This record gives sequence, C-alpha cells and structure tokens, in this order.
Amino acid sequence: MTEMPHINSGGCVDQPILRERGQHEVFCGLTSIIWLHRKMQDAFFLVVGSRTCAHLLQSAAGVMIFAEPRFATAILEETDLAGLADAQDELDREVARLLARRPDIRQLFLVGSCPSEVIKLDLARAAERLTEAHAPHVRVLSWSGSGIETTFTEGEDACLAAMVPGLPRGDSSNLLVVGALPDVVEDQARRLLADLGIAQVDWLPARRSDAAPQVGPNTRFILSQPFLGDTYAALERRGARPIAAPMPFGEEGTTAWLASIAQEFDIGPEHFARVTEAPRERARAAVARATETLAGKRIFFFPDSQLEIPLARFLARECAMEPVEVGSPFIHRQITAPDLALVPEGTPLSEGQDVDLQLDRLRAAAPDLTVCGLGLANPLEAEGLTTKWAIELVFTPVHFYEQAGDLAELFARPLRRKAALHLSPNTPGSARGWPLAGQPS
Amino acid sequence: MKLSVWTYEGPPHVGAIRVATGMRGVHLVLHAPQGDTYADLLFTMIERRNHRPPVTYTTFQARDLGADTADLFRRSCTDAVERFQPQALMVGASCTAELIQDDPAGMAETMGFDIPVIPLELPSYQRKENFGADEAFYQITRALARPMERSDAPSCNILGPTGLGFRHRDDVAEIAALLADMGVEVNVTAPMGASPEEIAELGRAHFNVLLYPETAESAARWCEKELGQPWTRTVPIGVGATRDFISEVQALLPGAKVPSEARLRLPWYSASVDSTYLTGKRVFLFGDATHVMAMARVARDEIGFEVAGLGCYNREFARPVRALAKEYGIEALITDDYLEVEARIRDLAPELILGTQMERHIGKRLGIPCAVISAPVHVQDFPARYSPVMGFEGANVLFDTLVHPLVMGLEEHLLTMFRDDFEFHDAAGPSHHGGQAVARVETGEGPAPRAPRGISGKMKEDEVLWLDAAEAELKKIPFFVRGKARRNTESFAMERGLGEISVDTLYEAKAYYAR
Repeated sequence: MTEMPHINSGGCVDQPILRERGQHEVFCGLTSIIWLHRKMQDAFFLVVGSRTCAHLLQSAAGVMIFAEPRFATAILEETDLAGLADAQDELDREVARLLARRPDIRQLFLVGSCPSEVIKLDLARAAERLTEAHAPHVRVLSWSGSGIETTFTEGEDACLAAMVPGLPRGDSSNLLVVGALPDVVEDQARRLLADLGIAQVDWLPARRSDAAPQVGPNTRFILSQPFLGDTYAALERRGARPIAAPMPFGEEGTTAWLASIAQEFDIGPEHFARVTEAPRERARAAVARATETLAGKRIFFFPDSQLEIPLARFLARECAMEPVEVGSPFIHRQITAPDLALVPEGTPLSEGQDVDLQLDRLRAAAPDLTVCGLGLANPLEAEGLTTKWAIELVFTPVHFYEQAGDLAELFARPLRRKAALHLSPNTPGSARGWPLAGQPS
Repeated sequence: MKLSVWTYEGPPHVGAIRVATGMRGVHLVLHAPQGDTYADLLFTMIERRNHRPPVTYTTFQARDLGADTADLFRRSCTDAVERFQPQALMVGASCTAELIQDDPAGMAETMGFDIPVIPLELPSYQRKENFGADEAFYQITRALARPMERSDAPSCNILGPTGLGFRHRDDVAEIAALLADMGVEVNVTAPMGASPEEIAELGRAHFNVLLYPETAESAARWCEKELGQPWTRTVPIGVGATRDFISEVQALLPGAKVPSEARLRLPWYSASVDSTYLTGKRVFLFGDATHVMAMARVARDEIGFEVAGLGCYNREFARPVRALAKEYGIEALITDDYLEVEARIRDLAPELILGTQMERHIGKRLGIPCAVISAPVHVQDFPARYSPVMGFEGANVLFDTLVHPLVMGLEEHLLTMFRDDFEFHDAAGPSHHGGQAVARVETGEGPAPRAPRGISGKMKEDEVLWLDAAEAELKKIPFFVRGKARRNTESFAMERGLGEISVDTLYEAKAYYAR
C-alpha cells in the first residue's frame, strides 16, 4: 500500500485563516446548472428569478444556450411581485406548460434565486404540490442557487443535498461517490474501483433518475469535490458514513483518494499497488512535462469554486509551485482537512473576499501566475500579471490519473504563451501600448 | 412569470454599467447581491477591455438582510469614492436590491460627498438593458450639463455610443471623420470616452448627432429643451442614409462642406455584374430597431434584396418599426421571444437572415446564411480590425458583410449546373458553412433532415402530402432555394385545396410564382 500521510494534522490544518467581507467577485450558485444539466440527462432546471438570472445563465453558458438546454428562467414580472398567491398559480401554469412540451423530463428542479428568496416565494411547498400533481411521471424538487446564499459551486451542493432525503433506502454496503464529474472521468473512476474489487459503487448525481443510488447505514460515501458540505451533512443524517480523503487531483491526490477507499474496504496493499501502478506512472510522467514550466513559480488564488485548496496542494507538491495566497469562497475545515494537511505550512489562506483589498495584496505579491475569474483576468493581464481563468477548472475534466497531465497543463499554458509571444512577464499592457477597448483612438 | 431561455437584452442595471464603463472619471455603486458581478465579464471578455468596469457591487448576502444592507451600501459608497476618486458617483440598485427597498438614491445624497451624486431609477421588473443605458445617460446629462456659450467654430456632440455597443468604437471614428470633412468639430462624444467635466461642456456644441436612439434619445431630447440644441434624426447607416445625414447637418449648419465620397465603393460593387444574382434575394431582418430600420433600406435600395420580413426586440421602438414594415408591404414582428423569431423565419424561408447572434444560430439550425447586424453579439463581433457600419466606410463594410454569407454568384451557377455531380450533392452542404463533406448515399434518398424542436414544441405539421416523386423532384432543386420552393408549393396547393403534391403541382407552383 502507498504511504499515506497523516491527514488530520500538519500542513495548514490548524493555521488561522484571513476572513474578509466586502465586494465578492464571484458567480452565484445558479451557474452550477450549466454543468449539472449536462450530467443529469432527464432533469430540467427551472430558475425562478429575474431577467438578471436569465442574463447570467446565458452569459455563463456561452454557446451552450443555443443547444436547447434543459434549463430556463421563469422571469418574475411586476404582477408577480404584487401578490404572492398569484406567483404560485403562475408557477403551476408555467411548469405544466413546460412538462407538456418536454415529456422526456423526469426530474424538475425549481431553483430559487435572490429575488425569489427575498420575496420569500415558497418553492419547497410549490415542489411538493407539483410533485403530487405530476406524479408518478415527474418528481419536483427545489433548492436555492441564489447569490445571497450560494457561491458558484455551492449550487451543486444545494442541489445534491436536496436530492438526498428522497434517495431510496437500502442496506447493501455500497460505496457512494458524490459530486458531478464529466462522464469520461466518472467511467475511469468506475474502472479503477471495479479493479480494486469494490462490488457496488453508486454515484450522486446519477446520469438518469432511474439509476438513483440507495443510501443506508451500510453506505460509505466519499466526496469527489470539496464544495459538498451540505450534501455531506445530509448523507450523514441518512446514516451513511463518510470516508475522509484529499480530493483526487494529480497522481498523489488520486492515489490517496483511492487508498482511503481501499483502507475502508479492506483491500490488500499488493492488490492496490497492482491496480494503481500503471496509471500512477502515466500520471507522473504527464505531470512532469508541465512541471518543467511550473517549478519554482509563485501562484495566487482568488476565491471562486472551493477547488483552490486541493489545487494548491497539487501544484505545490507535484509541480513544485509556491502558493502565495490561497483564497476560497468558503473553507469547510472537516472536508478540506486532508488537503490542508498537505499544503505547505505557512501558506496564507483567505476565506470570503474584499476584492479591492485582495487586489492590493496581489499587486504587492506580484506572483508568476494568478488564478482568477473572467472579470479580473484581462485587466490583470493588462497590468502585466499572468492569469489562469478559474472557471475552466470546473468545466474541464481534471480529476483522477488520466487528467493529471491536462490539469497541470492548464496552469502551464498561460506561462508558455507569455514566452511564445516574447512578453516579459512584468511589463504592464499600457507600457506595451495596448489600447483601451471601446475608446476611439 | 414568463419562461425564457435566451434574452435579447439584459436587465436595466447592465445598461447603466454600459454607460459607466464607456465613460471616464465616473464610478457606479450598485446595490446588488453576490453574483451580480458576472456582468463584469461581458466587458472584460466580450469587449476585451483591459481594465475592470468602474462598478462597485455591495455584494449583500442572506445574513446581511435587514438593517445591515443599508449600512453596507453606505460603506461601499465611501470606499469607492476614497479608492477611485471619481469626478461623479452614480448609484443604483439591481433587481434584488429593488425588492429590499434601501433607497440607494436617498442614502447617497445624504452622505455629503463633494462630487455630484447621480441616482438612477432602474425598474428591473418592467424595463431592460437599453432603457437602463438611456436612463443612466439622461440622468448624467441632466445632472451635469448646463447652458453655455456656443463654440466659435461650428461644432456638435456625438451622442449614444456606450460600452458593449455593436461597432460603436468604429462608428464614432467614422462619423467624427465625416464631420471633420464637413468642417464640423466634435465637441464631446458621450457617454463613450467622456468624463463628467466634458459632459458639463455639452452645451458648447451647436447641435447633437444622435447615433444610437436606443441609448441616448432621452438625453438628446433634454439637450434640445434645456440647451436649445437640435439633433439629427437620420442614423447614417448605408449610402442613402449617410447622404441624408449630410443634408441634415447642412440644414443645421448652412456652411458645412460636402464630404468626399472618394473611398465609397458600395454603389459600384452593387452595380457590377457579379452582383446581379443578388437581385430579389429574400432577406429577413431582426435586431434592435435602429439597425433593422437602417439595414432594411440598405438591403432593398442599395443591394437589391427583397425584404421578406423584419422586426425588433425593443418594444420602445415598435411604432416606427411597424410603420416602416408597412412601407415595405410586410408585417413587423415585435417580440423578445426568440422562438417566435424562429417560427417567423421558418415560415418565411428567407435566403438570408440579418440579425443578432441568436438569429445566427437560428440560421445555422435552419441552414440559412446569416450576417450579424445588431447587438447582442458575441466576442467575434468586437473585431480587432476597423469595421464601422456607419458612414461611407461603413457602407463598404456592409456590402461585404451582407454578401459574404451568400453563395457567390459564380459558385451558385456552377452548383446548379453540377448539382448531380458526386462532389456537389445535397448532403455535402455548402463548403463554407463548416459542414463535413458526406459521401453520397447512392441507394435512394438519405434520411430526411429532422426539424429541430424548440422548447415551445410548436412543430409545424404539414397539412399537404408530398408524393414520393414530387419529393424526389424537390431534392433536385438547389438546397439554397429549396425552402422557398417547398413553402411556395405548399401554399399553392393549400390555396387550391389540394391534399397531395405531385411533380406537376410543383411545376405549376413554380410557374405561378415566377415573375
């Protein structure tokens, strides 16, 4: 068996965290719909919100919006705000129309937004009522992806947590892997777990509602994503037992993740080594190529998805980078402990954001690479900083062995591009004569 | 409630951000929840701006709801003024803050800043992005502009260009150059590029050039009333409109010179024999009212297309669009529901669509070529190269833009001649549409293309049956006119109460519709 580090102490586990409030430059939880609807093939996500919500979704979804996506916004109008009873009737009518047009839908999610939360539109009750009305064909659930409650990937957490109470009860001793992963990645993990000899592996979310996993006192679950705190708690309430592990990023992360499962299911070290040896070798070789570019470079993370801590761990340990600040929108101590234990001691951690203050720290630190959102990336490039836009890390397959090289490459590419264009990393755009877009010259 | 997947316009506060981002020296504080900062990326990515939009969002969260949010707003204003030191502060609320009723305007006015504070009223549940931009610019103008002595030299202001405007950058350059040729100086261009100090100087100009009625008509009207400045009614898109615009300017300033047309190429290109095949090509236009109305004239009178249909998504301009459509003998489509636009396009089966990025995708789906003439647009329509749509160079750009998506004349001729050739068979599709060449299935017909299904589920059932022979004959008609042929034959058959379409029906219809 591979050597497992102690995962609940050391590194940054007990380190104080800089907590900030102020302007957050982040997405709201509604954005999660964009990958969740690809994963859950018979689900429809109906946001109850404003024109802003619809505009956000189309801005974030890009060209996906033209592919008849299984999401839409029921835009609240003046009349809906006047009387709330009205809003429930309106919702019933819109849902009935929607389901008549899309008979293939089996799960309908009513997704709350800031406006619907502020006017206290009771979507939970609406979901119950609509489930009755459309049973047994369609099941209606509700969760909130509002910005006042959720940041970006927390939308997936809210969605999965809302699904947990309705999962069928079962007594089999299954392994439940939690977190929506691209199909190709999920299939790789399935093969590895099958090769390890784990008899029953289920997934939350499942690709279709008829494949919903069973949960019971013999269920052990493991997270594949760090942002699933509420889902974690909801599964514990159903009697399932969590397996603590670092997130499966990079060769080391994947191995430790698999090893935690192997330990729990009493799988022998020789067998474990036999199954993992070849893919580990491949992953190490792939990461090594990107490491030539990344080694010794300093990296700064703005808060975005909660993936920042495991990614900083991967980049520090497997690519020899130096994290100068790791910002996260929310830090769940218990879930991130195994990753925190492996982050170099003394790495500054921050939770929440005051974007202007954080930008001040960034400029003072002048890192080689900044991981940030699209609202900041080009302005920072123009200041002479090199950036890696963070959203790509959520949409692109980056988990497990076969993607380890791709993951490292995502960080190496901006640096290699700077070199290819003969741009010195610290010359501001204005000094290069870059014009201000939109201004007549 | 209204179910929506795609929206042509964002909420009104995005319009306000477009104004603030276009300007210099102003800062906008938006009372808005966490997440509304997504709007920043429209500017940094689509328009590729190299600085952050000058907007501070209060980013309130659930735990702040209650008295705390008002505090948060005051703090955000103080911090923004201290950090960015703007010459003027704009304040407004996004849709959620509108519901919690903190009154940003009232709060900011009582905070005692020594710079002008401009409150914006942005009714998110009734109005949209263009209204927000128009309102923001109107309020800025009202707050800052004052009557003053006219400049000695003849001068005008250019009103309307904003951040995230379709080709605003180059239109401004082109029209400023045109005015310079006429001996007219540009006093202030606003909101894009203007500072509050410059807005205060608006009154120095002799008249206003209103380039984009959607974003600046209210301000132009205010300037007319309060500063005594007339404004131009013609939007100079296309050759005819540009000449009319020049006449309008000369009427306002009798001494203005006639600008040179030396670099204008559209009229000759359009007159040259290679363009003959463009005659009577049926186009459908959709977008914002200003661009649609101007492009309709270009399409019909300058390129020789037939305008088969037109419409706009901004209801504020429904009346002039309807009136124009009537002149063209068609009915205008005023809607912000893209499914209605798609249905209309399918019914009309035009040979070319001029629209927004949504129409580009509709065109792709229906196999109809399309050129983009209006916002909303994606990153590719904020080009690096100089590409105005206004003035004489704009006319040149338009000729290329409107003609390129069509199969070139010679290419069309050859395709028709060799339509049964193995390389030019139907399934291969037009080479420049990115379609993969598909080997022809020699054993009869391939599977019929499935009509895409909109979420509205409005499938158009054929009431008339195509007999196999007629269907096969229809397939021999080149794909780019087949939609029109199918539609014409069906309406021909329906008008005569025929239940079936035979080869004869097909040719009778062809003869009937021939001109």
